[in-house]
Amino acid sequence: MTQVTVKRLWKEFGDQVVLENVNLHIEDHEFVTIVGASGCGKTTFLRMLLGVEAPSRGEFLIDGQALRCEPGPDRGIVFQRYSLFPHLTVFENLLLGPELRGSPLLGRLFGARRRRAMDRADQLLDAVGLQGAADKYPQQLSGGMQQRLSIAQSVICEPKILLLDEPFGALDPGITADMHTLIIKLWNMNKMTIFMVTHDLQESFALGTRLLVFDKVRVDPQAPDAFGATITFNIPLKGRRSGGR
Amino acid sequence: MRRLVNQQPGRAGALLLSALPFILIVAAYLYYSNARLAENPGDKLLPAPATIAAAIHRFAFEEDERSGEYLLWNDTRASMERLLTALALSALIGLGLGVAIGVLPYVRVTLAPFVAAVSLIPPLAVLPILFIAVGLGELAKITLIIIGVAPVIARDLALRAAELPAEQIIKAQTLGASTWQLVLRVVLPQMWPRLVDALRLTLGSAWLFLIAAEAIASTEGLGYRIFLVRRYLAMDVILPYVAWITLLAFAMDGALKLLRAKAFAWAKAGTQS
Repeated sequence: MTQVTVKRLWKEFGDQVVLENVNLHIEDHEFVTIVGASGCGKTTFLRMLLGVEAPSRGEFLIDGQALRCEPGPDRGIVFQRYSLFPHLTVFENLLLGPELRGSPLLGRLFGARRRRAMDRADQLLDAVGLQGAADKYPQQLSGGMQQRLSIAQSVICEPKILLLDEPFGALDPGITADMHTLIIKLWNMNKMTIFMVTHDLQESFALGTRLLVFDKVRVDPQAPDAFGATITFNIPLKGRRSGGR
Repeated sequence: MRRLVNQQPGRAGALLLSALPFILIVAAYLYYSNARLAENPGDKLLPAPATIAAAIHRFAFEEDERSGEYLLWNDTRASMERLLTALALSALIGLGLGVAIGVLPYVRVTLAPFVAAVSLIPPLAVLPILFIAVGLGELAKITLIIIGVAPVIARDLALRAAELPAEQIIKAQTLGASTWQLVLRVVLPQMWPRLVDALRLTLGSAWLFLIAAEAIASTEGLGYRIFLVRRYLAMDVILPYVAWITLLAFAMDGALKLLRAKAFAWAKAGTQS
């Protein structure tokens, strides 16, 4: 069970108010899609959830615990790009998470533990359709394959929450449909909560069980930075949930 | 007629063209050497090829009358020992400092300005201090090279480490990496090829400091030898020594280049997405 609660959250950069008075409660195993005009703070919101940006006021609670302002293994992330490790092969990229968590000193597993981790990596490699590319380096993969690997890399660590920052924004439209099927499959397999920022409205409706729209309620034309955005719509969608509630 | 920027030489043409400057300089040397020797057979400035060959034979394949050593090999061993020791230590120091500065904000704030300042001290200006402080032995020469090379490597690697995409560093943390693991599994492996590049670029200055230190205070070494025989205008020795030093430097550069290509196949330039 993972519940995410946001209480009276504000984020300011100097005089610029980005987010104001955001309140939210998300139940376990939701697929939350976040849309909004550019510059409306949706990525800032995600970065705060990730822990690389601190709220100015208010708080994030995960299962009632305040969020540590540092990225951690309970929250996975898939960026639009650059989140793979170029010096590791596809398989080694996938194995990295289990190796880091299983071996604090060397960051490498050996023997039976390594074989177990490799079995798990093999399964995931199958699930994301990269079994043929296991020994390639990330820079030899197409954009879609890179994103599939990046998602698998996070999912193998079984995070409570998976954050997706416009993960399919740089891909061809044809590939995006495959990616949607894949992410829904993984989401059902792992029972995690997903937050996905996107600029594609259709995508947000197709994937989400809940849609959040970030927008500014008040606008002062003389001082465009004086007011921040907040969640103007919080829409439950039917979603393609299997089982669950 | 195609534009010059679009014209490519063929394979044989390219080989010939790259050999051309070498051929020209050898031809010019032979011409002027011949002309001078015709005027004055005792001329020492541009010795004939036969004289040079005799000198090479004397230094490389005959024992020295006084010391009983093969001077060229002895000098080479002494110089290479100094150079390789200094480069290895510089690489170690540069890598350690560079990665720490690039990855840890507290170390960056504390050490980056200091390393930048040290890297701007002309190393040869410190040489007298070294001779006074640590004597005229091997330590002074090796330290001189390290002072000249290590800060440059450290600054380069600090930049490279800081250039790693923030996304990678964040991602590794979401996979559970501690600071130590982040350095060990993500940063260091990506720094190795950069370190090889940095070593290649500093190789030239390392040789410069080595020759300078040997010229001033030494009893053996390639730099010592050419400055010693300079007193007798022995161009027949200096020229092959310079060629030999160049060849050594060239071979080291080539070896590092090969190492980078073989050991870090992932790091081929330009394939980064």
